[in-house]
Amino acid sequence: ASTEATFEVAQCKLHKLEQGPATTVTCTREDALKYYRQMQTIRRMETTAGNLYKSKQIRGFCHLYSGQEACCVGMENSITPEDSVITAYRAHGWAYIRGISVHGVLAELIGKKTGCAQGKGGSMHMYAKNFYGGNGIVGAQVPLGAGIAFTQKYLNNGNICITLYGDGAANQGQVYEAFNIAMLWKLPCIFVCENNGYGMGTSVERASYSTDYYTRGDYMPGLRVDGMDVLAVKEATRFAKDYVLKNGPLLIECATYRYSGHSMSDPGTSYRTREEIQEVRQTRDPITSFKQKLLETNLVTEDEMKKIDQDVRKEVTESEKLAIADTGPPLEDMYDHIYVQPEADFKVRTCDPVTMVASR
Amino acid sequence: SQLTVRDALNAAIDEEIKRDDKVFLLGEEVALYDGAYKVSRGLHKTYGDKRVIDTPITEMGFAGIAVGAAMAGLKPICEFMTFNFSMQAIDQVINSAAKTFYMSAGQVPVPIVFRGPNGAAAGVGAQHSQCFASWYSTCPGLKVLSPFSSEDCKGLLKAAIRDPNPVVFLENEIMYGTSFEMSDEAMSEDFVIPIGKAKIERQGNHITLVSHSRYVGHCLEAANELAGQGVECEVINLRSIRPMDEETIVKSVMKTNHLVTVEGGWPQCGIGSEICARVIESKFFNYLDAPVLRVTGADLPTPYAKQLEDNSFPQTHNIVGAVKKSLNIS
Repeated sequence: ASTEATFEVAQCKLHKLEQGPATTVTCTREDALKYYRQMQTIRRMETTAGNLYKSKQIRGFCHLYSGQEACCVGMENSITPEDSVITAYRAHGWAYIRGISVHGVLAELIGKKTGCAQGKGGSMHMYAKNFYGGNGIVGAQVPLGAGIAFTQKYLNNGNICITLYGDGAANQGQVYEAFNIAMLWKLPCIFVCENNGYGMGTSVERASYSTDYYTRGDYMPGLRVDGMDVLAVKEATRFAKDYVLKNGPLLIECATYRYSGHSMSDPGTSYRTREEIQEVRQTRDPITSFKQKLLETNLVTEDEMKKIDQDVRKEVTESEKLAIADTGPPLEDMYDHIYVQPEADFKVRTCDPVTMVASR
Repeated sequence: SQLTVRDALNAAIDEEIKRDDKVFLLGEEVALYDGAYKVSRGLHKTYGDKRVIDTPITEMGFAGIAVGAAMAGLKPICEFMTFNFSMQAIDQVINSAAKTFYMSAGQVPVPIVFRGPNGAAAGVGAQHSQCFASWYSTCPGLKVLSPFSSEDCKGLLKAAIRDPNPVVFLENEIMYGTSFEMSDEAMSEDFVIPIGKAKIERQGNHITLVSHSRYVGHCLEAANELAGQGVECEVINLRSIRPMDEETIVKSVMKTNHLVTVEGGWPQCGIGSEICARVIESKFFNYLDAPVLRVTGADLPTPYAKQLEDNSFPQTHNIVGAVKKSLNIS
């Protein structure tokens, strides 16, 4: 096998940009194995989360990232741990790629003390170093991400923020309030519209007068990248990071697809056909297509990927077992973390009118 | 020395921007225009574009950006030109600022101050004349301050800026030009008032008046008037709405056995309702010799015409009347 290979990726559509990301991308064997493993881990983790939901071990909301893996894996591998990310409620994949273990994600989903937010956040509220969630209010994370980029510019630390939102959020007013200020102040922010085709059950055509999301920043330069191709996303992100540090904001539309419904309560079939989902799986799946490319270029062997598949399955299964066996957060924990450094005598009222509990 | 509320607020912001390079002020017209109410007068000139920042008219956007900046480690002072406009951004205050520390199990603190004029103004109609103390104080994770005097404004705003939590700081729209005596201590750069402690503005044995913001002044006027009739009122300036200094209120009620609350906000689920509930729920409820009375704004959107507006908010005679009713005197 070779140590690196060169791949052609589709040309990005550009808006107010003279030049876009390169269409020829080189990838080392080591990186290829890493991206493959990361995407497979997220896919497997989400499949497990879906099953845990069906067996009623996960409650409430649970929005799966299956189908969109190339977006977070491609982006993460073009930024550094010092760069920041904030996303919407479809946050499991991002939490993992930003450094939370599979166990940390699954334990949070099952509501355990060992979860990445100690069972206080749940599916939509996971955090890690330089990962600010996870936000359950459609569009609200967009100004927050601009604010994180504001801090990076204020501190002049050379870092950027990736601020993600979906095609559904793309019609929220505050998104455009944030765009305007980010452009005025030249904030080092990559805004990313992860366009998976549907905001809940409403297709992009039924929700947006213009579905060219990469142009929706108007005066903000933008590009549309094939979000099913991890190498294209990685190259677009590399280009974008460089661009925003020099010029201010850039908008990336990441054209992707979600296999599951909007959430677990949505079978995802009333507003689209099973054939449509099948067709994407067969022709554009981010993992299968990447695997195909790696085989075609002899960068990685089938056996090596099979080995990864086995390792991933083992890791996720073990994490799942561990998370199920973990203890839930003790009741006294629930009164903590309401305030930073609370007064020594600060007590919280409980549901019992005569009981107050100390809070740390 | 004498200092206006406006200058006290200005001094607090000035001193804290100087003290901590992570503190900055942003909002509509705060820089070149010197603030819509001139609270930030001169600060842009002193500190420049980096620390005193004009935003477009886009409350949800700039409030969200300020919260994001706080999540990432800065200490923004986010000015709403008035709190009436904060409703455009209340999602960012409640869902992003107040809850993130908890949702992240302590990983992401949000040290931010939302400040600006609150409460009834004069002749500006229903959309620009209302009190938001009750709206914000219901939410755990937030601290809510409502200062009365220049001393309160300076000491509490400095405390709010230094606090590692999100703080809603409610200034009174028609008190910016009011002057108060300031002690040497209060003039000092080290002067900070602890959050969560009420101030007894006047001692008295016959009845307790609990109020916040501008209506503390009305209570003091009523107390003066009643003193001439032999009634000694204890006037408590809450200063902090959340956390609320229940201890000071209850102790006073144990002494006076009578309680009247006074505020400019609406009666239902108001600050008076909360005080009432706390006293009645406490084991000291039997110290009350008469029902608690709430003097509040009238239960209606603020009308424009002066005589209607004047009757929409508590006046001194309303307080005097409530005290007399509570004490059963004429």
